[in-house]
Amino acid sequence: MSSNLKYSKTHEWVDFIAPDRVRVGLSDHAQESMGDLVFVTLPEVGQEVSVGDVVGDVESVKAVSDLYSPVSGVVVAVNEELEDRPELINEEPYSAWLFEIDQVTEQAELLDQAAYEAFCEEEG
Amino acid sequence: MEAKKTPLYDQHVELGGKIVDFAGYLLPIQYPTGILTEHRAVREAAGIFDVSHMGEVILSGPNALADLNRIMANDFSKLRIGRMRYTPMCYDDGGTVDDLVVARTADNDWFLVVNASNKEKDIAWIKEHVSPDTEVKDVSESMGVLALQGPNAQAIMERLADAALLPKGLFRFSTDVEVKCDGTEPVKCLISQSGYTGEHGYELYCPTEDTVRLWNMILAAGEDLGLIPCGLGARDTLRLEAGLPLYGNELTAEITPLEAGLSWTIRFDKEDGFIGAAAMQERYAAAPRNLVALKVSGRGIVRPEQNLLIGDTQVGVTLSGTMSPTLGYAIATALVTVPVAEVEQASADGTLAVDVRGRKIGVEVTELPFYKRG
Repeated sequence: MSSNLKYSKTHEWVDFIAPDRVRVGLSDHAQESMGDLVFVTLPEVGQEVSVGDVVGDVESVKAVSDLYSPVSGVVVAVNEELEDRPELINEEPYSAWLFEIDQVTEQAELLDQAAYEAFCEEEG
Repeated sequence: MEAKKTPLYDQHVELGGKIVDFAGYLLPIQYPTGILTEHRAVREAAGIFDVSHMGEVILSGPNALADLNRIMANDFSKLRIGRMRYTPMCYDDGGTVDDLVVARTADNDWFLVVNASNKEKDIAWIKEHVSPDTEVKDVSESMGVLALQGPNAQAIMERLADAALLPKGLFRFSTDVEVKCDGTEPVKCLISQSGYTGEHGYELYCPTEDTVRLWNMILAAGEDLGLIPCGLGARDTLRLEAGLPLYGNELTAEITPLEAGLSWTIRFDKEDGFIGAAAMQERYAAAPRNLVALKVSGRGIVRPEQNLLIGDTQVGVTLSGTMSPTLGYAIATALVTVPVAEVEQASADGTLAVDVRGRKIGVEVTELPFYKRG
């Protein structure tokens, strides 16, 4: 896992690949606690999103969990491969990115790795 | 109330099981292998489940048979010693108290296996309705229960017990079977050919203090045959694929077994009838509801308690729903309040859907079971 990653309290990882562009994925902790993922619903390219918007969901055999946008901006790419192979998120959560957002104007409270780990611990 | 531990709690933790409180018992929902792998192991090789949370009750006395026939929907008059039978147990209004298995261990002795979540109310209900001379004894605490399921289950058991003593045929059982491997003290078990997965397999009842030894023996004997421990998650996906009802979903105090499609377990022709018989027939005649099996054709997974729609009109509610690992699509059951023919027509027209968190996902009516072993 890259130490440059930031984490939202809704368990997305956020990678600033340019000053105003992010790549977003699901944290290892989140995929681990959900178990085998079998469905992913991703946002639409071109969709304008705000911090905290529900932009999709991931489903495991037992549960469904919303995906939240950790930033405000415009969705410019989605990882369509995941629609056929959601298990990639379980296998390599930090390679299997979900979507990219450009023209970022605002961001949620993002934690560094140590703070995120502490947050997960606290959450139980 | 604090959740109880089964005799295998330490083994589950040691194996890395994700522990949850299920019906008041701390049990693994899955091991690190994951639900999909555990599910596949049972369909293709073998899986072992700790089902020690199930309740066991012994009924005995000369009037026990008549009592059972009055309390249960199924008929036990002709059940031979060494055989068991599945049955619903109903309230006066036809709603379901529980679904259980009744085994005949002697002419006047019966062994009942009930759902953990219902055990207390079952025993209270049974005690309230048996004859004064029928003894009702809860023996749950004295037993551990394992389910060994899958195409390799028999080969594994034959390594540990005399093949001639293993039950041969669904819902048959043998008592006092010695299970052992080289140089170990045998564990005496009641072994039934039964399960909750749709596969060939056994359920083993042993003394509480021998449960860990039995578990370890079976795991070791099955290692080279693909046997792995499986949790509650796989147990649920397996049972739904096999079309088996789960109390709390397909059967509840509000749902009669007639509505749940279990008419093959209900004997209205019994001489003295049974509790709830008239009420469930009256309810069914006045406002019929029926269980239908659904295959999800759209993208996504249907979950329990979601609305089934024809166009925009609600026609029912889902009871169970999951991704089917074997079939590769999502499956569900639903209770419908309009004629089944209407639902089937909508299915054919492509207008049948489930409201999944505000999104309509297309579904089709299919047959139970979703999966049948070849």
